[in-house]
Amino acid sequence: MNSKLLSNVTEQLKENSLGKISIFVIVILTFASVLAFLSPYDPNKIDVMNRLAAPSKQHPFGTDEMGRDYFTRALYGGRVSLTVGFLSMIISTTIGTIVGTISGYFGGKVDSFIMRFVDILMSIPTFFLILILNAYLKPGVQNIIIIIGLFSWMSIARIVRGETISIKEREYVQYSQVIGEKSSVIIKKHIIPNIFPTVIVAATLNIASAILMESSLSFLGLGVRQPNSSWGSMLKYAQGYMEEAPYLAFFPGILILMTVLSFNVLGDIFRLAFEPKANDD
Amino acid sequence: MKDSLLEVKDLEVTFFNRNGKVRAVRGINFDVKKGEILGIVGESGSGKTVTNLSIMGLLKGTGKVTKGQIIYKGENLLNKSEKEMLKIRGNDIAMIFQDPMTSLNPVFTVGNQITDVIMRHQKLSRKEAKKKTIEMLKMVGIPSAEERYNNYPHEFSGGMRQRAIIAMALSCKPDLLIADEPTTALDVTIQAQILELLKELKEKLNTSIILITHDLGVVANICSRVVVMYGGMIMEEGSVEDIFYTPLHPYTKGLLQSLPKTGGKMKERLIPIKGNPPNLANEIKGCPFADRCPYTMDICREKQPKYYYDGENHRGMCWLLDKSINGKGENHEE
Amino acid sequence: MKSKLIEVKDLKKYYPAKKSSIIGKTQYLKAVDGVSFYINEGETFGLVGESGCGKSTVGKSIIRLFDITDGEILYRGKDISKLNGRQLKSYRRKMQVIFQDPYSSLNPTLTVEEIISEPLDVYNIGDKGQRRERVIELLEKVGLNKDHLGRYPHEFSGGQRQRIGIARALSIKPEFILCDEPISALDVSIQAQVVNMLEDLQEELGLTYLFIAHDLSMVRYISHRIGVMYLGKLVEKGPSDEIYNHPAHPYTQALLSSVLEPDPKMAAKTIKALEGDVPSPLNPPKGCRFVTRCKYAMKKCYEIEPKLKEISPDHSVACHLY
Repeated sequence: MNSKLLSNVTEQLKENSLGKISIFVIVILTFASVLAFLSPYDPNKIDVMNRLAAPSKQHPFGTDEMGRDYFTRALYGGRVSLTVGFLSMIISTTIGTIVGTISGYFGGKVDSFIMRFVDILMSIPTFFLILILNAYLKPGVQNIIIIIGLFSWMSIARIVRGETISIKEREYVQYSQVIGEKSSVIIKKHIIPNIFPTVIVAATLNIASAILMESSLSFLGLGVRQPNSSWGSMLKYAQGYMEEAPYLAFFPGILILMTVLSFNVLGDIFRLAFEPKANDD
Repeated sequence: MKDSLLEVKDLEVTFFNRNGKVRAVRGINFDVKKGEILGIVGESGSGKTVTNLSIMGLLKGTGKVTKGQIIYKGENLLNKSEKEMLKIRGNDIAMIFQDPMTSLNPVFTVGNQITDVIMRHQKLSRKEAKKKTIEMLKMVGIPSAEERYNNYPHEFSGGMRQRAIIAMALSCKPDLLIADEPTTALDVTIQAQILELLKELKEKLNTSIILITHDLGVVANICSRVVVMYGGMIMEEGSVEDIFYTPLHPYTKGLLQSLPKTGGKMKERLIPIKGNPPNLANEIKGCPFADRCPYTMDICREKQPKYYYDGENHRGMCWLLDKSINGKGENHEE
Repeated sequence: MKSKLIEVKDLKKYYPAKKSSIIGKTQYLKAVDGVSFYINEGETFGLVGESGCGKSTVGKSIIRLFDITDGEILYRGKDISKLNGRQLKSYRRKMQVIFQDPYSSLNPTLTVEEIISEPLDVYNIGDKGQRRERVIELLEKVGLNKDHLGRYPHEFSGGQRQRIGIARALSIKPEFILCDEPISALDVSIQAQVVNMLEDLQEELGLTYLFIAHDLSMVRYISHRIGVMYLGKLVEKGPSDEIYNHPAHPYTQALLSSVLEPDPKMAAKTIKALEGDVPSPLNPPKGCRFVTRCKYAMKKCYEIEPKLKEISPDHSVACHLY
């Protein structure tokens, strides 16, 4: 089954050149940010003599207002952005899957209660809620991950609930109920593996929105603080130098754009690959 | 002898997918005569539905007609453009499907859907088309058709929906109606009603009908000729009497034997056909039924049999029918 | 005298349906409305009727897939309809089910071994090695073999999947198996294989079946006794030959004459359409539920609901004609 899913994904990728580019972008950025320490420059080393240098051979992205190598900072920034994206996705997907399957599987009052709770959470503008919470918490990557993770599971829970309700009607689930299998085992054994494709799609799209959220927070100065960098915070500091050094905004901006776009395309590819095909018998 | 309305000549249909190709239809010949009901019998995967989708020009996705001709009133349908086919579909050849629920659009009233079909194919005003729709609804036995005209599909029962679909299919007086398992989704008492209706309408409108089914009971009751398909090939063709009383092919015999006898009091054990249908993704060299046949000989696995005739219109594709081979002993006579 | 393994007394299952108005009381869909019958040990009871008549609901009530609205379900004389949790588990172990759709009855993400050993896991029977041995034994019993252990359901044809479903049902040595239209999704040439297998297993293991189907010829073939349902009610029940040779209820007669004989000479005789459609179960006719389609309908039929009456030994019918 999982090998079948995988082969469907590779099949989709073969036909879709945009998909190939997306995978390439994600892999390259991931490797680059993991291997950022190989860069000859210290991301935080200030070199006032070399302020706002234009992109050159030595400094491919130029230097920032404190003379730090912008390329190295972008790599370290990518580390933060991608980490936030992945980890908060894991938090939100886990919560969303658990809440969604419980709500969908048990139905009735449990379902109504959980879903109304989700409705309430969804009707509060998440971003402002995060802004307020942020004011009370110490800014930092850890807190950002947790906050984003805790406030972006609702849509996943909804999707998972819907899937669960449809899987629950399958006869193999009914069979397990008839032989007296425990509900927790049924959810683990029969429901989750079968909604897995949907979860993957939702999770992939979730990474993209988490990265965007982090960037926005950092841009507003509520995320990563100096001297550490993330793409969002880099954009924030680039604001002041739009005229003298527009590339300071350009590079992190384009990186955010490419990453988010790639994850969205990837999510779309997963969706196409997991869609049951009529002639797949 | 009646004239042929439709002739399928040497048709081959292949589906190309990433794991290779699936030869769903492997060279079949048959014809439909004017005003007859031809039954095409086969199990899932026998190629019966694919054959008819090719006739309608509705093959989708990776399926392609790789060989052969489909001659309708002297013209090869495979050479027609999509635009020409659009005109032919509905007007000359109509099709009804198994599931009456999915064949109607749930957001429009039944009457409007039929009226639209009539207006698309005939130069009639909406008023005239509506009049005709009500006429059709009456003809297929829908009570108080004027009121029913404004009902939505969900307000119809399963049997009524299938009646409405038949009305829609016949509204432009097609010469050929292809009915793909039209009663499989229906209850037995409703099935009997619908078959009765098809028979009646055939007499009234002189429409030829291709009836695709897996149910031998349906075939025995309304078809005049039968084509038996298996593994993408025609195993046997003949009149209903030929097929039910003097079947030539071991597959046809096996199918008939596997049904429970309803007449007698004695309980006889069922005689199933052993094994499972062939996987069409694999190359089949000889007869597709060889793996399940109780009379398999060496030649059956190596060479595809020819058709042998018993009379002018009854043919079977089986080496057992070859006198020169069958005479040699070792294999069993009936 | 054979003993009754299962007896259903006045079984009712209502589903809440839409309200007629905001303040109006909830309308109920009476899927099963007072059905009683019994199944002898080692026998097959066939339940026939058209879609929506409640036959599957009866079956699923017996295996306790859901709680029933009213009535009793006796298993060897003990009412199991109100049991729950642990008390019910020892009964669940004796009852199994084979479903109609061989595609949705097997979890596509599990291997054949995992599927068949699921009941063994639930009841903690044997260690891993013993379970595997049992699975292989079962696979061979249903005409598959140990090469199939690690395969997934999509690698099998419909008939083979149904065999896997049967092997799974047999794994914990049940006494009773609910066969919920087990052959209607299969090809004609495969149906006979599965029916023969069910019969052989019954003989070998002394199983009791409740066989639900709409295909009357197969039901007659496999069942010892038959019940005919219409709109949530049992209209006739009796030994299968008796039902087929002397159908008493007009509905049973109509059902039988709608069976299409695979014989062109009998064709003219067999199509005898029953007029009209089944009325909505939300709003069934008052007296006899079949009255809207019955050609013998009398005044009485519109007003008084007929009760089941015994017309010959073990053969009862609910009709005012008798």
